Amino acid sequence: MIIITEQPLEPNILTDAVRDDTDGAVITFEGVTRNHNDGRGVEYLEYEAYRPMADEKLQELIDEIKDRWEIDKVAVAHRIGRVDIGELSLVIAVSAAHRRPAFEATLHFIDRLKEIVPIWKKEYFEGGEVWIGDPGSERTTA
Amino acid sequence: MKIAIKLFAGLRDRAGTGDLSVELPDGATVKDAIDTAQHNAPKEWTAPTSLMAAINNEFVEFNAALSDGDELALIPPVSGG
Repeated sequence: MIIITEQPLEPNILTDAVRDDTDGAVITFEGVTRNHNDGRGVEYLEYEAYRPMADEKLQELIDEIKDRWEIDKVAVAHRIGRVDIGELSLVIAVSAAHRRPAFEATLHFIDRLKEIVPIWKKEYFEGGEVWIGDPGSERTTA
Repeated sequence: MKIAIKLFAGLRDRAGTGDLSVELPDGATVKDAIDTAQHNAPKEWTAPTSLMAAINNEFVEFNAALSDGDELALIPPVSGG
């Protein structure tokens, strides 16, 4: 299951999608918009995705972790558009017979997502905005 | 040949557009397309060193050859999650 949506994410949908009676472990990771970054207050985030490439790369990552770890099912959802403080930007659910491969695969998935999936995050902080990973894009309004 | 170029995030802001169409001679590469796009955009922009490129949704090197009708995406550092 791969979801890219402007709507608020619902972790239960992903958890239910990967749950199976053969699995003793379900890991659900939630990426949450926090109210500070780099020592300054964050007001909200805005995400954009290049589709369908983002969907295809997420599928590649699902295939990659299924190849490398003894896991069962994977579901991922990424929100785009405006995401307010405390709201979820990312949910990953992984099921497996045992917990260790599920944890390791989940961590790897997130690391790789931040390298190859064409999704970008713009941070609106107090007094300005910046595309994360692109410091030259910073603009201040103060 | 005609190439559709898409620019994203901070790169789109710098160039002043997210969509460009460029005419290139046969045999042109991704690098040629970038060089042309830097002058054709509403605002002249420079490519960050960490820029990545994708042709029709697959990552490619800058020396990759383009074909007529390709969609070339110029991908600044990604930051999902």
